[in-house]
Amino acid sequence: MPLLWLRVAVVFYAAGLLYALTLLMRRAETWQRIVVPIVSLGMVFHFVSLCEAALIERLSFASVHYSESLLAFIIMFLFMVARIRYKTTSPGLFIFPLVFLLTFASAIAQAPLRFSNPLLRSGWVFIHIALIFTGYAALFLSFGASLLYLLQSRNLKAKLKGRDSGGFTSRLPALETIDDIGYKSLLLGFPFMTMGLIAGAAIAQSKFGPVYFRDAKVMLSLLMWIVYVVLLYTRWNSGWRGRRAAYLAAFAFLAALGAWAANFFSSVHKFVAP
Amino acid sequence: MNFLLTGVNHRTAPIEVRERFAIPEDRLPEALERLARLAGIEEALILSTCNRVEFLVRSTNGCASLTPFLADYFQQPAEHFQSYLYEYREQEAVRHVFRVASSLDSMIVGEPQILGQVKEAYATARAVGTVSSQLDALLTRAFAVAKKVRSETAVGSSAVSVASVAVDLAKKIFGSLKGRVIYLVGAGKMCELAARHLLAHGAASILVANRTFERAARLAEKFNGRALPFEKLYETADQADIIISSTGAPHAIFRREHAEQFLHRRRNRPMFFIDIAVPRDVDPAVNDLDGIFVYDIDDLQQVVSSNLGNRSDEAVRANALIDEEVARFAARLLTADVVPTIVSLQEHFETIRQAEIDRVRGRLGTLSPEQEMAIEALSRGIIKKIMHTPIVTLKSAARERSQATTVVDVVRRLFNLQHPQPGSASELSGEDDADNSDADPRNSHTGANGR
Repeated sequence: MPLLWLRVAVVFYAAGLLYALTLLMRRAETWQRIVVPIVSLGMVFHFVSLCEAALIERLSFASVHYSESLLAFIIMFLFMVARIRYKTTSPGLFIFPLVFLLTFASAIAQAPLRFSNPLLRSGWVFIHIALIFTGYAALFLSFGASLLYLLQSRNLKAKLKGRDSGGFTSRLPALETIDDIGYKSLLLGFPFMTMGLIAGAAIAQSKFGPVYFRDAKVMLSLLMWIVYVVLLYTRWNSGWRGRRAAYLAAFAFLAALGAWAANFFSSVHKFVAP
Repeated sequence: MNFLLTGVNHRTAPIEVRERFAIPEDRLPEALERLARLAGIEEALILSTCNRVEFLVRSTNGCASLTPFLADYFQQPAEHFQSYLYEYREQEAVRHVFRVASSLDSMIVGEPQILGQVKEAYATARAVGTVSSQLDALLTRAFAVAKKVRSETAVGSSAVSVASVAVDLAKKIFGSLKGRVIYLVGAGKMCELAARHLLAHGAASILVANRTFERAARLAEKFNGRALPFEKLYETADQADIIISSTGAPHAIFRREHAEQFLHRRRNRPMFFIDIAVPRDVDPAVNDLDGIFVYDIDDLQQVVSSNLGNRSDEAVRANALIDEEVARFAARLLTADVVPTIVSLQEHFETIRQAEIDRVRGRLGTLSPEQEMAIEALSRGIIKKIMHTPIVTLKSAARERSQATTVVDVVRRLFNLQHPQPGSASELSGEDDADNSDADPRNSHTGANGR
C-alpha cells in the first residue's frame, strides 16, 4: 500500500515537473494557478505513504527508497513554507524536478532495498537521518534561491535587452525576497544539520569507536558542514549575496551530494551487513 | 435601438476646439435637460472630460443629427466645428461607448480615470432623469465590459510613466518599499516627481543634497525629509537604498570606486540608482557591480515605450473582446423590443394552466407526490411546446425590424394580450447573459427545446 500511495503522489508531482519545464516558456499562467493545489494533493498521498510505511512495515524506513521519499517530502514541506511566507512558486523551478526524481526513484522500486544492517533500524538512526535530511533540504532550497537571485539580478541589469515580458523572469519575486528565502533557509537548516551530524557521530562512536573518522562519508560530511559554516559566516558578517553566495551554496550543495553518494563507498554507511 | 453618438475627442479636434465644447460639471444638468427636450429624443447622456466631449442620445425614430443643437447650444456656426465632429449610430455607437469606458479610446490606452468619468456622467444623467431604459442598459453593460477588458487583458497593467516605472523597478529589487530611504541628489522637478511616487508606495524617508543648500532644504521640507550638505555626499549616500540623481554636473559624480565603498559599508545590501541627469551622474560601470542597479533616463524611457507597445498589443485583444460584446448587446436589444409581448404571452398561458389544474384537481382525489409532479410536468410541457413557435417567430421578427410591429400586433390580438407600458425594456439592464434562468423570457425558447 505505501508504495501505491507513493506512486499516486509521483503522478501529482509530475505536474510540478511539467510546471518547472513550462516556466521557461512564455505565459504559463494557467499552470501557475493550478500547480500548487496539485502538488499539495501529491503531498497528502506522499504523507500517507510515509506514515503507512513507518507504521505497518515496522520502522523499515531505513531503506534507501524510504529515505529518498522522506527527503523529497521534507523538501516539499520547505517549499510550501516558503510559498506561504513569501507567496511565490518560483523555487519550484528547482524543487519540483528534484522531488519528482527522488519520489520516482523511490516509487519504481519493486522490493524495498533494505539496509540489512540491523543498526539502521534503531530509532536513533531515524532521528539522525531526519535531522540531516532537513539540513539537506534547507541547503538545497538555499542553493535554488541563490540561482534565482542570479537570474533576477541579471534580468534587472540587462534592463530591456533580453527581458521577456510575461515570461518566467518577469514573474520572479523581488530580489530582496529571494535573498530572504535563501538566507532564512540557510539559518533554519544549520541547527538541523549540526545536530544530525552530532547524532550520527554519537551513534558511530558507540558502535565502532574512533575508527569511523577515516571513513569517506564522514570526511565529506565534515567538509560539507565546514562549507555551510563559511556560507553562513560570510553572509552574516559581510552580507555576501548574489554571485559569490551562489558559488558557495553550489559548493556546499556539491559537498552534500558527495556526502550522500559516499554511501556507496563508505564502510560505516554500508547498507549491507559488514 | 436608434442610438446616436456625436462629439469631439483628442484625435479629431485640437485643444482649442475641445475647450470650446467642454461643459463644466455644474452646467451639465441644464445641458442634459435642453438636449432631452429636443423633439424625438427619448434619452440623453453627455460626457465631458479634458480629452473628449460626447453626446449620446436615443431617439424614437432615428435622429437626423445633433449638429443644429450643438450650434445652438454653443452659439457657434456649424461650419466652424463640423469637420471635427464624429458621429456613430446604432451598433457603432454601442462599440464606441464600450471602447471609451474600457479606456481603449484614451490618449494613453488603458489609463484608469476614464471609467470613473463615464460613471459620473451616467450618474448625473440619471439624477436629471434623462437616462432610463435602453441607455441605462447600454451604460451598465459598458461598465461590465470595461471590467472584463481590465481583467482579461493586460491593457491597463503596466507602468507607462518614468516615475511609475521607477517604482516598479524599485519593487522588483526591494519587494516592499516600506522603510526604504531615498536620497535625492539635485533638486530638479523630475527628482521630485519620482520621489513623490516612491513615497506614495511606502518609502520611509527622504534625504536631499543639492549644491545650493537652501534649495535642498526647501525640497526636504516639502517631503518632511532631511537636507544634507553636498560635500558630505559620499559619506552619507550609503544610508540610502534608492538614489535619484539629477544634478547638472558635466561628468559622473558616482563612479565605480564610490559605489564599491557604499556596498562595503552597506554590507552588500543592494542599491538602486535612478539617474535622470543628462549628462549622466552615474558612471555606467557602476551597473557592473554585484548588487547595484543603475537605470538612466534612456533605460527608463525604453521600459515605458515597451510597456506602451505591450498595451497596444493587448488593445488588439481587447478590441476583439469588445466586438463580441457589441454583437451580444445588439442582439439582446433587438429581441428586447419583443420581450414584453413574450412575457405577457407566457403569463397568459401560465394563468390558463393554473386555472385548469385547479379545476380538475378536486376530482382526482388524493395523489402521490409522483403523480402531482407528473401533472405539473405534463401541463408545463404542453404550454412550452405550444409557445415555442410563436416565441421563435417573435424573436426572428425582431431581428428584421420592419416585421416586428406587425407580428407583435398579430400575436397580441390572437391571444387578447394587454398592451405593455413603454420603457419596460429596462428590465434587461445590466445582468450578464450567463445567468440564464428558466424564468427569463429571453431564453425561454432554449427551454422549450427541452434542456
